[in-house]
Amino acid sequence: MSSGGGALRIPAGRAALAVRTGSAVNRLSRLLDLGSGTVIGGRAALAIDPRLISRLARGRRVALVSGTNGKTTTTGMLVAALTGGGTGVGTNRTGANMPAGHAAALVEHRLAATIVLEVDEGYLAGLIAETEPRVVVLLNLSRDQLDRISEVRMLADLWRQGLAGSGERATGSPMTVVANADDPMVVWAAMAAPTVRWVGVGQVWNDDAVGCPACGGRIEFDPLGGWQCDSCAFGRPELFASIDRSRTLVFADGTRLPLEIELPGTFNRANAAMVAVAAPEMGAATGAEAVTPGTALERLRTLEDVAGRFSTVERRGRTVRLLLAKNPAGWTAIFDLLDEEGGHPAGIVLAVNARVADGLDTSWLWDVPFERLAGRSVIATGERCRDLAVRLRYADVDHTVVPDPLAAVDAAIDAAADAAADIGVTSDSASDGAVPRSPAPDGAAARPGTTGPVEFLGNYTAFSRLRDRL
Amino acid sequence: MTGATDPSAQPELVVVVVYPDLLGTYGDGGNGIVLAQRARWRGFRVSVHEARSGRPLPEGDLYCLGGGEDGPQVRAASLLIEDGALARQAGRGVPVLGVCAGFQILGHRFPDADDRPHRGLGLLDITTRKGRGARAVGEVVARFDRGPRPADGGRLPDLTGFENHGGVTTVGPGAAPLARVLTGVGNGGGDRVEGAWHGRVVGTYLHGPVLARNVQLADLLLGWALEAKGSASRLAPLDDTEEEALRAERLAATEVRGLRGAARPFSRGLQRRGVGNPTSRPAQPG
Repeated sequence: MSSGGGALRIPAGRAALAVRTGSAVNRLSRLLDLGSGTVIGGRAALAIDPRLISRLARGRRVALVSGTNGKTTTTGMLVAALTGGGTGVGTNRTGANMPAGHAAALVEHRLAATIVLEVDEGYLAGLIAETEPRVVVLLNLSRDQLDRISEVRMLADLWRQGLAGSGERATGSPMTVVANADDPMVVWAAMAAPTVRWVGVGQVWNDDAVGCPACGGRIEFDPLGGWQCDSCAFGRPELFASIDRSRTLVFADGTRLPLEIELPGTFNRANAAMVAVAAPEMGAATGAEAVTPGTALERLRTLEDVAGRFSTVERRGRTVRLLLAKNPAGWTAIFDLLDEEGGHPAGIVLAVNARVADGLDTSWLWDVPFERLAGRSVIATGERCRDLAVRLRYADVDHTVVPDPLAAVDAAIDAAADAAADIGVTSDSASDGAVPRSPAPDGAAARPGTTGPVEFLGNYTAFSRLRDRL
Repeated sequence: MTGATDPSAQPELVVVVVYPDLLGTYGDGGNGIVLAQRARWRGFRVSVHEARSGRPLPEGDLYCLGGGEDGPQVRAASLLIEDGALARQAGRGVPVLGVCAGFQILGHRFPDADDRPHRGLGLLDITTRKGRGARAVGEVVARFDRGPRPADGGRLPDLTGFENHGGVTTVGPGAAPLARVLTGVGNGGGDRVEGAWHGRVVGTYLHGPVLARNVQLADLLLGWALEAKGSASRLAPLDDTEEEALRAERLAATEVRGLRGAARPFSRGLQRRGVGNPTSRPAQPG
């Protein structure tokens, strides 16, 4: 058992054995070059003491972050907001977001009084019971990996049950849920919790939330962000804070804070807004004051990448930007980002794998609006580049297929260099008598830009494998 | 430009994607895209109606129903029965493609999450009950033994797709199985068949979407739609190089999995890129 409310965890008996074993397995795993080893160590520790997570979490300030998209980034943001780049906050930075990863993080950061955990959607309810968190951040719920993860409504129900049970807590510390009010599935889940801070983040994707989770009726979305079921009282709750069109976070009390951050895109401003509301709810650490929303945003302002997402690398004189998106909502958000930046990327490389961590079913590609890339030239790559190529063909997007991702990036770099050298020269468009495969692209529009970066957008393992190779 | 004809001389084809807000979970809206594009590339004028629930279903020349979650599936079935247009059009010989939840609601009965039976449209002589075991999830390959035949009388190439369902569907005497399962589960009734068809109504459990992975089936449906309109149903060939590459890659991958199931751990095929080689990494960070 721990020695009371302090930060120092000295577990005894079974838990101590579990912690020692976990650490030893981690070291062994690293020695044998089996990867960073935190997950396998966590698994070993949990096998010895299944209640390890609740034992190690007791008495600490815990925040949990979950949702389909933005978990890793938002977790990183919340850590930054709470520490300001310093230390003292433990987290599962490697993205190991299931119980073994949580146990590993709690073991690794035994001395941290504050813990911020990214949580796989399917494990949130259990982890709320185990860790009795101060804050739970609920980002969004949309279709993702349907062959592996439960469907959207089942997940919303699981969250709801977990949050409804959170009233009966062993400790007296209250829990605040910070929830995206623009996602009806999130609202359905979060409204079961006693204390909720609703944030209007301006979510665009709502294709998975048209059926009312309360009554089966139809949810009508209005263009200004409100929504309401046409058959029952279920609708968007009163907002605690929301993002307005001038990229300002506006609180119900009238406070206005500019959302100026280095991380690109609407979705990252949404994540930052959630963090600005969540960080103060963590309360004060020993000997310090609670973080204000303004301080939180100030600390997020200069954050440039989280776990390599949105990072850039230089390769053969060209900047390559690494973008990760795993599902239709994520890919749509990246297309929004490319439009918003209005730039002319030197090339676009799209990479798709379908390993277990990605979901084995590639059908989701047909829910991604690739039609929006028409007029750009795209290279399809990754282990499932054939699925992607067919999807691009039916979206009338001019494309080539280069199965190896690194070769695809190099092909994009070469194409950009050629375009720079051959301004004014258009390629032959062969006519072999067959029905045209897709409308001939407009030469000028399809020619890659000559100065911008090569954008590499991949789903989970396609992204992480290329990042490792670069 | 062989095969393309003067668009104004061709009738307009209306493809209706039924209730994408309720039956749109698995990318099955792609079936509508595939049908429309394959008609456009041949010079037809095409419009795709994404017919959301809550308003009358438009009249069309071809209807596609996709997969969906349990609650929305029940709602879609009751709305379609009430609306009546789908059954009416199918009765006139207009082709209908139902996938997964959309396949189940074409039958007599299907179960909800609590295993209560709900009435379907009765366009196919099938009934669905909840399976007892794990969901059927994975690649499927099935052969069109008693399936529909293309205009030239040949057999459609093997059906390929990805299944993900918990239902067990029984095909009655008024319909025929769509295909015989070679790999995967399919309808799950023990007779190793996949899908069902009768007249111009076709149902399958396969996503992918199924028509992107089986373009000859897409063309068969397009031909039927033209026949139902009283137009010539001969379709000019298209350059399907990329679709064929996808099919070949998927069929090879499924074959490799089969070998692996037969305990040949060092099969050369296992070394193939990205085939049957799931990573051990369990996490799926966001």
